[in-house]
Amino acid sequence: MSKINFATLLIWLVAIVITTVFVFILAEIIVYGLSGLSWSFLVEPPQNAGRSGGIGPIIISTGLILFVAIATAAPLGLATAVLLTEFTPQDSRFGFFVERSIDILAGIPSIVFGLFGNAFFCLYLGLGFSILSGGLTLACMVLPILIRTATEGFRAVPNDYRLAASALGLTRSAALIHLLLPTATPALVAGLLLGIGRAGAETAALIFTSGYVDRMPDSLFDSGRALSIHIYDLSMNVAGGDANANSTALVLIIILFLINSTSISLANQWMHKRVISS
Amino acid sequence: MNPLLLESESIAHKTSNNSYTLGPMQAGTPCCKPSTLLSIENLSLYYGNKPALENVSLDIYQGCITALIGPSGCGKTSFLSALNRLTDMIPDCTVTGNIHYKGIDLHDPTIELLKLRKEIGMIFQKPVPFPLSIRRNIELPLQEHGISKQSELSSIVQQVLLDVGLWEEVKNRLDSSALDLSGGQQQRICIARALALKPKVLLMDEPCSALDPISSAVVEDLIKRLQGSYTIVIVTHNLAQAKRIANYAGFFWVKETAGCLIEFGQCKQIFESPTHELTAAYVNGCRG
Amino acid sequence: MSLSQTDKHLTFILRLCALLSAAVILLILIFLLNESLSIFQHVSVSRFINDASWHPQQGLYNITPMLSATILSTVGALILATPLGIASALFSYFYAPKFLATWYRRLIELLAGIPSVVYGLWGLTTLAPLIAQLHPPGVSLLTAILILSLMVLPTVALTVEAAIAAVPASYLQGAMALGLSRWTSIKCIILPAAHSGITSGILLATGRAIGETMAVLMVAGNVVQHPHSLFDSVRTLTANIALEMAYAMGDHRAALFVSGLVLMIMVLLLVFMAAFFKRKPAYV
Repeated sequence: MSKINFATLLIWLVAIVITTVFVFILAEIIVYGLSGLSWSFLVEPPQNAGRSGGIGPIIISTGLILFVAIATAAPLGLATAVLLTEFTPQDSRFGFFVERSIDILAGIPSIVFGLFGNAFFCLYLGLGFSILSGGLTLACMVLPILIRTATEGFRAVPNDYRLAASALGLTRSAALIHLLLPTATPALVAGLLLGIGRAGAETAALIFTSGYVDRMPDSLFDSGRALSIHIYDLSMNVAGGDANANSTALVLIIILFLINSTSISLANQWMHKRVISS
Repeated sequence: MNPLLLESESIAHKTSNNSYTLGPMQAGTPCCKPSTLLSIENLSLYYGNKPALENVSLDIYQGCITALIGPSGCGKTSFLSALNRLTDMIPDCTVTGNIHYKGIDLHDPTIELLKLRKEIGMIFQKPVPFPLSIRRNIELPLQEHGISKQSELSSIVQQVLLDVGLWEEVKNRLDSSALDLSGGQQQRICIARALALKPKVLLMDEPCSALDPISSAVVEDLIKRLQGSYTIVIVTHNLAQAKRIANYAGFFWVKETAGCLIEFGQCKQIFESPTHELTAAYVNGCRG
Repeated sequence: MSLSQTDKHLTFILRLCALLSAAVILLILIFLLNESLSIFQHVSVSRFINDASWHPQQGLYNITPMLSATILSTVGALILATPLGIASALFSYFYAPKFLATWYRRLIELLAGIPSVVYGLWGLTTLAPLIAQLHPPGVSLLTAILILSLMVLPTVALTVEAAIAAVPASYLQGAMALGLSRWTSIKCIILPAAHSGITSGILLATGRAIGETMAVLMVAGNVVQHPHSLFDSVRTLTANIALEMAYAMGDHRAALFVSGLVLMIMVLLLVFMAAFFKRKPAYV
């Protein structure tokens, strides 16, 4: 009898400890960062190497980098997922080869992506330190996540739909456009948001691809600094930058929290709908 | 002239006094022997190396309801899937033998599958309405098969919904989701959707088994009304249902793990004076 | 099977896109090799292990101090995160009342999305000074282990919970029907049944820990040395690349790419192991 109670006690203890630690961390960031947060902080450019001023151009750069990443990875990822689930038979060697490549890509550390991005986008393609280089590197990083979530979304569409569509003489493309895509859309959007969330949190892949410059970028070919890099720079390289580092961290956490919760609630809604209609 | 293209309208679509366009009801008892629409010879079906069906030969007659009876696992659903080549979509499935539809070999590689499936429609056991509005469910296949005029689409939608007896129930909510309907209504939408393509043959895989008794009765009534204008092949576990509606019946059983056809003939003969002892045992409830 | 014309065109385009996606990993491999190859022309592979130390300016390329830092910090993080993560998953799935479980799971999911720099920031400003009070300098292997385990915990918790959720409900019902206690059912039936999912979750977490750069960079101290105690400052392979890439030229740069390759190989091995475990059936 006491053995069982011991296990229950231990597990509850673990949960309480973990909750406390995490709440503590979040609280510290909020407390230290909130004081520096203001509208001017969000729109003004950084001054004095970031010790004062704001993060306006940095937010813009981050947005541009994410845009490039998603605009590149999303269509490619969707097409690959559609091919893997709808247009490839189970035992296809091509499908197996593609899936394995994506699995391996998913495990590569972010700093290795940074090395690759530097060697390929910055040097070989001559894009230099730019938003484009950073965005394209992130696109490679985010591709596996998008493909995986899209594949899951399509696999979750009941096979009955495909059989019924076939029995009615609909072409595969018609079934895809009118039936499968609309049904899988919530899952696809949830996956897209998840990818954006992961990309926004990324630092190591951007250090050597998108550059350090913290002013407003002129174009996609210009260098730009992302929020995560700004936090890193302020805390490690700039003495006295801690305060603004915390404020920037708070901004980044809030943005990512909004993106990730939308993704999760969309995914839950879609799961719920699936269960109801099956 | 490709015989798979539409022929001129059959008698059934002439409007009569009642709002249904299917003409007066005909009794489901044996009739004279009409012409063969589908002829199946030595059909065998394998999943991988395992045989699911061996050497089935029978004829499907035009305008009649042919019931396929027998216990589970005898290959009846597999047989049905072979008739509109839905077996192509099942991984690792091989079909051997001859199936001739209006004299044309179904396995001829020059056949246009999409046109074939317009002429041979299928209704599944579990109602599968698309997650679209009622109207879109019926319009989508029509649009994909080339009908684009809105007026034509609307009139076909109304006609088939009348035919299946759903028009009064849904005419005010054609744009609401088909998933909101009851099981029996959903199955009738699926039938309406198939009828909209003006098929010659309807393959039905236990269309009533997933429905409650009342919906089941409504769908069964509908199937009876379709007789004469459509050729129907229906798989059913419900012997009483088969007795009620079928003209012809084929009895399937399992021999050494593969399904096979034991006996085929007019429905009255199968139930009242079967020639094979297994058939007699099954229809009298002694086995299966 | 006769496909219509539109289907054939669509299939062609889709195949092209899929090939492009699959090609990315090949591109990465090619470019890493390309950049690394130049150093192998006059520096043999054994020097990466046997040189006196890591001093690229003086032509010394021993990466073992950083390798040991990576391995030790990963192992330490796993030792902490695995039991805590499994306990978390059990808590939200079996022990917590429904509404508490939802909130707890939301907390874990939220934490999975926090960027590594933010963990590093907190580690630098709060944790390191705390540890410094125990034993200077504060930024050390221990700090790295603690931060890594915090970062990897959500991964373990979420994958283990998914693995537990995949165990058929009938197993638990069968156990309960036999009068087994909750803990006994979990220990003897659920956890063994989910073992392949749990293992692959742990392997996933290991890959994450090995590849983690920013947080360890900020809290580990960045001294290139074999750690002799938990309180020694260390530099992991990933942190090394991040710190030195900015000014590395020629052979130095190539050596960094070599360490990138080493990382890639380590993670590749893990991915293959994880895939192998996923395929094993859940026989209890």
